Amino acid sequence: MTDVILETRGLRKAFGALQATDDVSIALRPGEIHAIIGPNGAGKSTLIGQICGSLAPDSGQVFLAGQDVTGKDTAQRAQAGLGRTFQISQLAMEDTVMQNVLLGALGKSAAPWRFFGAVLNDKALRKSAMAALERVGLADEQARVTAELSHGQRRQLEVAVALTLQPKAFVMDEPMAGLGAEGSARLTKLLDGLRHEAPILLVEHDMDAVFALADRISVLVSGQIIATGTVDEIRTDTRVREAYLGDEA
Amino acid sequence: MTRESYVNLACLAGLILIPLWAHVSDEPFTITLATRAVILALAALGLNIALGIGGLVSFGHAVFFGIGGYAMGILAHHAQNYTPIAEWPFLIEGTKSMPIIWLLATVVSGIVAFLIGLLSLRTTGVYFIMITLAFGQMLFFFSISWAEYGGEDGLAIYVRNGFPGLNTLVPLQFYGLCLAILLLALAFQWRLAKSPFGLALNAARQVPNRVKAVGLNPFKLQLVAFTISGMITGLAGALFADLNRFVSPTMFSWQLSGEFIVFIIIGGTARLFGPVIGAALFVIIEHVLGGISDYWHIWFGFLLLGIVLFGKGGVIGLLAGGAKAHD
Ligand SMILES: Nc1ncnc2c1ncn2[C@@H]1O[C@H](COP(=O)(O)OP(=O)(O)OP(=O)(O)O)[C@@H](O)[C@H]1O
Ligand SMILES: [Mg+2]
Repeated sequence: MTDVILETRGLRKAFGALQATDDVSIALRPGEIHAIIGPNGAGKSTLIGQICGSLAPDSGQVFLAGQDVTGKDTAQRAQAGLGRTFQISQLAMEDTVMQNVLLGALGKSAAPWRFFGAVLNDKALRKSAMAALERVGLADEQARVTAELSHGQRRQLEVAVALTLQPKAFVMDEPMAGLGAEGSARLTKLLDGLRHEAPILLVEHDMDAVFALADRISVLVSGQIIATGTVDEIRTDTRVREAYLGDEA
Repeated sequence: MTRESYVNLACLAGLILIPLWAHVSDEPFTITLATRAVILALAALGLNIALGIGGLVSFGHAVFFGIGGYAMGILAHHAQNYTPIAEWPFLIEGTKSMPIIWLLATVVSGIVAFLIGLLSLRTTGVYFIMITLAFGQMLFFFSISWAEYGGEDGLAIYVRNGFPGLNTLVPLQFYGLCLAILLLALAFQWRLAKSPFGLALNAARQVPNRVKAVGLNPFKLQLVAFTISGMITGLAGALFADLNRFVSPTMFSWQLSGEFIVFIIIGGTARLFGPVIGAALFVIIEHVLGGISDYWHIWFGFLLLGIVLFGKGGVIGLLAGGAKAHD
């Protein structure tokens, strides 16, 4: 047993002269929601990209369940237990809602090399897909084409797909963005329970949600983690207030 | 039933009834035209798996068509001349048996498609189109310089190859054989599109990042699709050579690769019967306009332009309305 599920050590990434990730070491422990906050352009999505394997770091490592996954690609990391949601929804727009969650269930089953049976009739995949839709409140929309969904519903679907992966750790990039008050409240409740299934690394701008959910918060400014601590520690940290929270806190 | 299934059924009825009618009224040329349409449809159906479902715009599918053609040509050439293909390391002889020819055509096409896919699927968009085109041109020029098998002049085969239990020299019987293969391929594609693999491939076309994030590898999915696609088009090539009893480097030409794409666009991209309608219309128009004007390709171009501009789902889209997410 390790006491850290997901960890980065000394990650660095530059885009030309811009140091988007500057020596970032963070850890995600079992059962926790670890929020990453920071102003626009702080490098949050860039960090997520390196954790999930869509961006290669210039240096540093990523560990998942004690295993160095730095050299693995995105698909391998997902198979190893990373469940990601994207800041900009990545969904098959021509497909139905059900097909999108089925894709997640199919990925989890790691058995896409089946050329005959109808995937919609696959009981095991359907069950996992349906359960995920119910949890995010999209069960009634399952037959709709994804392109017809509202922005908020797409955000929910994005989370549902991650749920079907039953990952060891969730990595969520602004899942609340554009959800509206009711949607945010619902997702907040869902994430609150979800942390006991797998810890969540949560990038979020919605401060109410962050303060309600986070066990720990790391503050990212200009690619650097300037503080990590509990909600109360971060609220009162003077550097954080100066750099980021400003008048809000 | 959806409107599209009615269109498909009508199409199927035409494929069965028109040649039967031609047979009864003793019009063998019509059967030959129908056979040509069915074989070209099979070639384009192969491409449709890569292009329609997988989104891989291959401008080099004539490679597989030509390989199928030369598989037939080379095997039959050696059989009719009673010369072995190879004597070392062991004796390989030619054959006039269609099943063996088809096996070789699909296997070699599959291997070549796998290798081409391995190199070209690293790229996307215009680069993918250009690379597949380049492979097509490579094989085209290779076949021209392959003097042993007729070079530029190609290979003529005197008697059509045989199939157990059939007299393939009878136009209707050969047609029936080709139609049976097309129907099998249609059934295969129909199931493939709904299968777990089809779901993943379809998603890999739309959102590769999502596919990766659920732990699947878009590259592998597309490579397998491209390989299957090449195998089917290769099989069509073997049939095409048998129809004409002739194979030449034109079977590798880029124009042919382009025509396969055109069939799909005319019929309706990713529609099951799209390639069938596209190829049938092409053969009919080629026959009718070709008799009127040497410049029929220009008129054909106008037709194509019209379809691309006004009917996004091709002919099937016009007849049956917009595509539904396959339920
Ligand atoms: N591919 C790229 N090439 C060049 N610069 C990039 C690239 N991706 C991101 N950047 C830059 O890196 C910085 C960090 O971007 P990033 O998207 O990680 O920020 P963020 O914290 O997620 O912001 P937001 O809150 O707006 O989502 C920004 O200045 C951005 O312009
Ligand atoms: Mg971001």
